[in-house]
Amino acid sequence: MSSLAETFAGSHRASGGHDGPLLEVDHVVVQFGGVTAVNEACFTADPGTVTGLIGPNGAGKTTCFNVISGLQKPTRGTVRFQGKDVSSTPVHRRSKRGMGRTFQRLEAFGSLSVRDNVKVAADIHRGVLKGFLPGGHGKNIDALLERVGIAAYADERADSIPTGTARLLELARCLAGDPKLLLLDEPSSGLDETETDAFGDLLRDLAAEGRAILMVEHDMDLVMAVCDVIHVLDFGSIIASGDPATIRRDPAVQKAYLGYSDEDDAEAHTATDLPAVSDDTMVIPAAREGVGS
Amino acid sequence: MSSFLAFTIFGLVSGAAYAIAASGLVLTYSTTRVFNIAHGALGMLLSFVFWDFSVRQGMPTLLALFLVLFVVAPAIGWFLQRFVARGLGDAPVSVSLVVTVAILVATLGLAQQVWPPEARSVQPFFAGTSYEMFGFFITAHQILTIVLSLVVAVGLYVLLNRTRIGTAMRASVDNPELLKLFGGQPERVAALSWAIGTSLAALAGVLLVSTVGLDYFALLLLVINAFAAAILGRLQNLPLTFVGAMSLGLVTSYASGYLPTDGLLNSVRNVVPALFLFAVIVLMPQAQLRIGQVKGIVSAPLPSPFKALSWSGALLLGVALIAGALSEANLLLVGTAATYAIVMLSLVLLTGYGGHVSLAQITFVGVGALAYIKIDSPNLVGLLLAGLVAAGVGALVALPVIRLTGLYLALATLAFAVIMDRMIFQADFAFGFNGSLSAERLSILGYQVDSTAGYVWVMAVFFVLMGLALLVVRAGPLGRMLVALRDSPAACGTLGLDQRWFRVGLFAASAGMAGIAGALYSGLRGTVGAAEFQFFGSFTLLLLAVVFGVTSVTGAALGGVGLMMLPVLQADYPGIAGLFFVVIAVGAILLARDPNGLANQLFRLGRLLDRRFGNRIRERIPVLPVPGGSLGGMREQARAEHDANAAADHSLTTVGLGGGTATTPGPDQGPAQSKEPAGV
Repeated sequence: MSSLAETFAGSHRASGGHDGPLLEVDHVVVQFGGVTAVNEACFTADPGTVTGLIGPNGAGKTTCFNVISGLQKPTRGTVRFQGKDVSSTPVHRRSKRGMGRTFQRLEAFGSLSVRDNVKVAADIHRGVLKGFLPGGHGKNIDALLERVGIAAYADERADSIPTGTARLLELARCLAGDPKLLLLDEPSSGLDETETDAFGDLLRDLAAEGRAILMVEHDMDLVMAVCDVIHVLDFGSIIASGDPATIRRDPAVQKAYLGYSDEDDAEAHTATDLPAVSDDTMVIPAAREGVGS
Repeated sequence: MSSFLAFTIFGLVSGAAYAIAASGLVLTYSTTRVFNIAHGALGMLLSFVFWDFSVRQGMPTLLALFLVLFVVAPAIGWFLQRFVARGLGDAPVSVSLVVTVAILVATLGLAQQVWPPEARSVQPFFAGTSYEMFGFFITAHQILTIVLSLVVAVGLYVLLNRTRIGTAMRASVDNPELLKLFGGQPERVAALSWAIGTSLAALAGVLLVSTVGLDYFALLLLVINAFAAAILGRLQNLPLTFVGAMSLGLVTSYASGYLPTDGLLNSVRNVVPALFLFAVIVLMPQAQLRIGQVKGIVSAPLPSPFKALSWSGALLLGVALIAGALSEANLLLVGTAATYAIVMLSLVLLTGYGGHVSLAQITFVGVGALAYIKIDSPNLVGLLLAGLVAAGVGALVALPVIRLTGLYLALATLAFAVIMDRMIFQADFAFGFNGSLSAERLSILGYQVDSTAGYVWVMAVFFVLMGLALLVVRAGPLGRMLVALRDSPAACGTLGLDQRWFRVGLFAASAGMAGIAGALYSGLRGTVGAAEFQFFGSFTLLLLAVVFGVTSVTGAALGGVGLMMLPVLQADYPGIAGLFFVVIAVGAILLARDPNGLANQLFRLGRLLDRRFGNRIRERIPVLPVPGGSLGGMREQARAEHDANAAADHSLTTVGLGGGTATTPGPDQGPAQSKEPAGV
């Protein structure tokens, strides 16, 4: 762990100053016209843990992220951060309080270089007016790029790098603001197997520093390996919560993913534990996430 | 009481016409996501066509009306959607607005070209026929207007809700890709909605022209009424749009009936629609940050400090050399070019770097000029104060719409420009009606710059200083933030940037730069009047900025010369004065999707020619000539492609280096110096 990270870690354990979860999503409902994208969702994210949010496409995962980060107003319900209701707090102020997020549909600053992307984030974190002053964060930026593993791309334009790299760039950009809560929206799509493994280690490290990580992810191997807690969304509702082992065995989850309508059939699969739910079927191509974005 | 009723009826009649125009606007916007700012201009053009058919050529009125509404207007609308506005729905507002402003300017130029200014009049329909109602007369034309607005309302409702193509139209709003998958044809739907929309603009124009008169600008301004009504309906709700149009008609009518006929309040009646528009925009709900990246904006490369400084020096030297040799009149032209170039710099900051559009930049120039004259301290302090006043006004415009972005911000600036133009600038405390004020030339640190040549050089110095300052900002943290905000507002928000205040600051800075240009300009001319800061000037300014390159200082310099040349050319060739507008507009339409403009194109072209030329020379040296013509042609083609790719690669890597670290020759400053004397 880098020295940079160690200082972060210290500050995180000390900060907050309240008991209970860092993030609390409390009975959040989001409706688009007649469509209910999120229905009475309740979950939490705690410092030092990686929480997974999974579910089929259109289940409302990204919409949840939009509500938490402030890009989408919930129809009902509250979002509490560090014990305070932030439901009507503007996006940028939630970020100042310690939320950071990445996007499913990339939002990298395409006309800037990878390094400048992270520099901008650091500048914004320091404050716009201080942005006039020459930056003294050169080393930290390169250390960050190194840490997420994209140092080789530092001088490339952000719209010319591969998708997986751009997702890591968004993570690095978040980390420049030293967030207490990281919202990662399908961070591993576009990464190959080795890169995904390295990414999993990075996530564990980040959590070990005391950050809370909430992650929407389709790669079940990664989710099962990295997450402490998993919530499964289907049609906007949470149908199951628990540690990876519990989630694997949950019949409702298997039904949602595999479409078994017959209880017995689902039971049969449950009995054999995961092998029935093979990776191929559970990794759902991230083609359509229409509702949220 | 009966006069009240009369004003009410009159208000409802004009409201009905606005409603027709506004529903056309809503239809095109809601199906193609392109806000056609030229909607009123098209109504104007088609009213002229109607006049031409019915009066000049003497066609029967009904035939002329039929031809305009069902042949000419739909054809124009179809053409515009097909060849001009296609694919603009997903483009950033700085592109789609520029294109529709270009359509507006082209329409105006075309109208002026085909129908040169002269007195024309169009009789109302059923002239002379009127009916007595509640003790006063209502003309058949007025009844027809109201009836037609109802027909349009019902017709649109039936079209959208009861027909197959209407369902497809509503579907294409939500997801054109999906519509395509299900066998629909979003392109055909878009073309149809533009055809109908243009036809409605024509109908509104033809109905209004007998009261408003066949005037280029009066009809152009009517679009503001349509905008206000359409925006009340959030650009998608037709019933609310009708309510908006009717209430605007009433308010306008009562204002003209009951406002005092002298003083400032008198002039309020000219700007009621603009005030209404501003109010409606301010009341809009908070805009959601848009997710989904806007791609493909390649900024012009930043020149290295050395390049920038040496070209700046060359420019100043060049101006100093030619200034001594020019006549007073030509010096004034160079000074005007310098003024415009500084204003274009303010657009480089706002539009080129920031991605926002202002339709009031010339108005800020006027504010700066007015402040400079009123402050009456012709030195650097006075100049700075004038800039600050303009900046303050700029902030005041952006502040009420702090929650909104893009289109609404631009429309707020348009409303502001019209209010200033029609009301404030002509008020007694400003320039006065048809009046002008005299200004003294600047003295710098106690030294008064009396000679025009010297003053022009000082203006060039200001251009260079502000251009360099802009480059320094762009290369620094603030410049990165600006570009980041343009690329992804949502990401900036989640990283903690309060973009609302950032945007207000950006607007203020840009207005301040324009204000300084205005202050310098008033000193150059000695006397300035309201006529020099009319709102329409901001349209041509924006278009020329885009044509010459709104992302680079070079583009600003070239654009300044170009904008100065426009009236000169129009005066020299009065026979084709309107065509110049058309040419500029077509240029802007062609170049709008690449905001780096001619400045960048010239550089690329130069590089390409150079390479080709160099290759040919190298070709002479090897012993074997190329056998066979066709093969040679292929090789030629392959090489051209290679060169084009290389040029593209080059520009990308230069940008990629970012900051001030670009080491390749900066095209940014390329042709500035050579072009400056050429324009004189």
